[in-house]
Amino acid sequence: MGEKVLMKGNEAIGEAAVSAGCRHFFGYPITPQSELPAYLAKKMPLVGGVFLQAESEISAINMVYGAACAGVRVMTSSSSPGVSLKQEGISYLAGAELPVLVCNVQRAGPGLGTIQPSQADYFQAVKGGGHGDYRLITLSPSSVQEIIDLIRLGFDLADKYKTPAMFLADGMLGQLMEPVDLGEYKSEIKEKPWALSGCEGRAKNTVTSIWINPEEMERHNIHLQEKYAEIKKNEQRWENFHFDDEAEFLVVAHGSMARIAKSAVIKAREEGIKASLIRPITLWPFPENAFSSLKSLKKILVVEMNMGQMVEDVRLVVNGRIPVEFFGRAGGMFPTVEQTLGKIRGLIK
Amino acid sequence: MQKVFEKPVSIDEKPFSYCAGCTHGIIHRLVAESIDELGIREKVIGVAPVGCSVFAYEFFNFDMCSAAHGRAPAVATGIKRARPENIVFTYQGDGDLAAIGTAEIVHAAARAEKITTIFVNNAIYGMTGGQMAPTTLVGQKTDTTPYGRKVENQGYPIKVAEMLSTLEGANYIERVTVISPAHVNKAKAAIKKAFQYQIEGKGFNLIEVLSTCPSCWGMSPIKAIEWLKANMIPHYPLGVYKDGAKTE
Amino acid sequence: MAKIEVNADRCKGCLLCAEFCPKKIIKQSDVLNSKGYYPAMQTEPEKCVGCAACAKMCPDVAITVYR
Repeated sequence: MGEKVLMKGNEAIGEAAVSAGCRHFFGYPITPQSELPAYLAKKMPLVGGVFLQAESEISAINMVYGAACAGVRVMTSSSSPGVSLKQEGISYLAGAELPVLVCNVQRAGPGLGTIQPSQADYFQAVKGGGHGDYRLITLSPSSVQEIIDLIRLGFDLADKYKTPAMFLADGMLGQLMEPVDLGEYKSEIKEKPWALSGCEGRAKNTVTSIWINPEEMERHNIHLQEKYAEIKKNEQRWENFHFDDEAEFLVVAHGSMARIAKSAVIKAREEGIKASLIRPITLWPFPENAFSSLKSLKKILVVEMNMGQMVEDVRLVVNGRIPVEFFGRAGGMFPTVEQTLGKIRGLIK
Repeated sequence: MQKVFEKPVSIDEKPFSYCAGCTHGIIHRLVAESIDELGIREKVIGVAPVGCSVFAYEFFNFDMCSAAHGRAPAVATGIKRARPENIVFTYQGDGDLAAIGTAEIVHAAARAEKITTIFVNNAIYGMTGGQMAPTTLVGQKTDTTPYGRKVENQGYPIKVAEMLSTLEGANYIERVTVISPAHVNKAKAAIKKAFQYQIEGKGFNLIEVLSTCPSCWGMSPIKAIEWLKANMIPHYPLGVYKDGAKTE
Repeated sequence: MAKIEVNADRCKGCLLCAEFCPKKIIKQSDVLNSKGYYPAMQTEPEKCVGCAACAKMCPDVAITVYR
């Protein structure tokens, strides 16, 4: 155990990225993630890295594409409207199989929305916000410590599977200050023989996402799907909270929302309700394995800071075995502990 | 007898996919010859655009990637910032660079990115079948200006070399063409210089090359050359627009 | 002594080479190449001066010049 330091979520993203060997950051200002680029603007020159403020989100994600082609660990960050602008680039990154980390410190939408926290970009992240058949490894932290851990994991998984990863936080986590243990982390950055480095002593390398011949394009799609199946098999992550063979009630929540939902579960248990919680950490791959045994369960409640998105994945997994209810608030408002507890009480009757 | 002219090493074996008589191929060769003569083939990383030259990475014999439409200067920026020791260039057409990618090229130039851009201006979108480009001349007929480009409707063509040369970050901007052996010689010298500057750590460097599109202009390759000479050069004068970035 | 060689499989028969040949000794072949083009060919090699004007104007890098 190292010494604990107090860190703000947005700054923790930056610190974790640097500790994971990321030396290249390209971004564009947007609230509520502004502390992150500000942090990296200070930090990168001190560690021999590159911080560049782009002229747009579109340009930033394409600079990320270029740096990833060159084989370095690279990150960009934004908030919801800016992440919408990045979708073209993310689709190209997926198609060209480039490992990068994209951070979305979500705010409420649609449109310009508001700068308050939200989880309304769940669909965009896990269902593919850009064009084409692709998936994004999507990680949802619930504390500042977990921000550190998942940023590091995000870089490692992106490299391991040669695919872009999305770090999906929200404005509350970005602004939250908590003690964290940075630990003694050493990332294993492997050689990238496919990267563009100049063709000295080897045949030329090419990075592209175009296969004009339909047979080849289909083959590439099948290859991507095989990779996604592998990720789905290996990388599901979640937290169980009092979820055992005796639990009668299950709450499913992720990120900031899971913190509130946990408090509601604790209170429900104090009232004698056999409540439990599953907190998906990987939103894609969705932790289907967490739901393999629903033995004693009577009902599931999905709570989100949106109007009902992850609930669709829970319903897919549960597949009608037991009722799945939803409770959510939107627009930068979020369900309180009392409101969530009230929902649990109402459903248990 | 000795070989005095042959395919450069930096041109790959695959035959070009361009239409017969399209001068893209000449420009490819000039880029390849420049790279070979400067001895930088193994250090070069190229960025292909979206448009007719989308498959440029198949025709050049060195490391390349393809970029989304208009984004090549941003992609090149990412590569150059990650690998400053490499020589990075973009190869872009007028739709890619002067319409959808205007922001990217302007800001790459403003940042004085140490990259080289080969900008092929043929006043039309060739790949998609001949639509109006930002560089289409007033009065020019295209698929989407069937009655000719009209100022009151589509405004004026963009003069990229002139526009970018106003930026302090631009180091070297020249407009050339490839419509005769003498023009080809001049174009080659300009392209080579645009790479030489990058080797010396100077940027931003852009060579605008006036090029023909016989297919979409609806002309024979030779008529297309005559049309370019009569119509494009008066509007897009050849010459050096900037040589030497402002230094502090 | 000079001559040119046309790589018939790269050539698309655009004839820019013929247009810019100062000796006017390049013409179109009447034999189709593998892509269905009639490629360029040199007619009177003894007149070739090896100036490479044809090769410089060739958009398909199809011409090799010897001198």
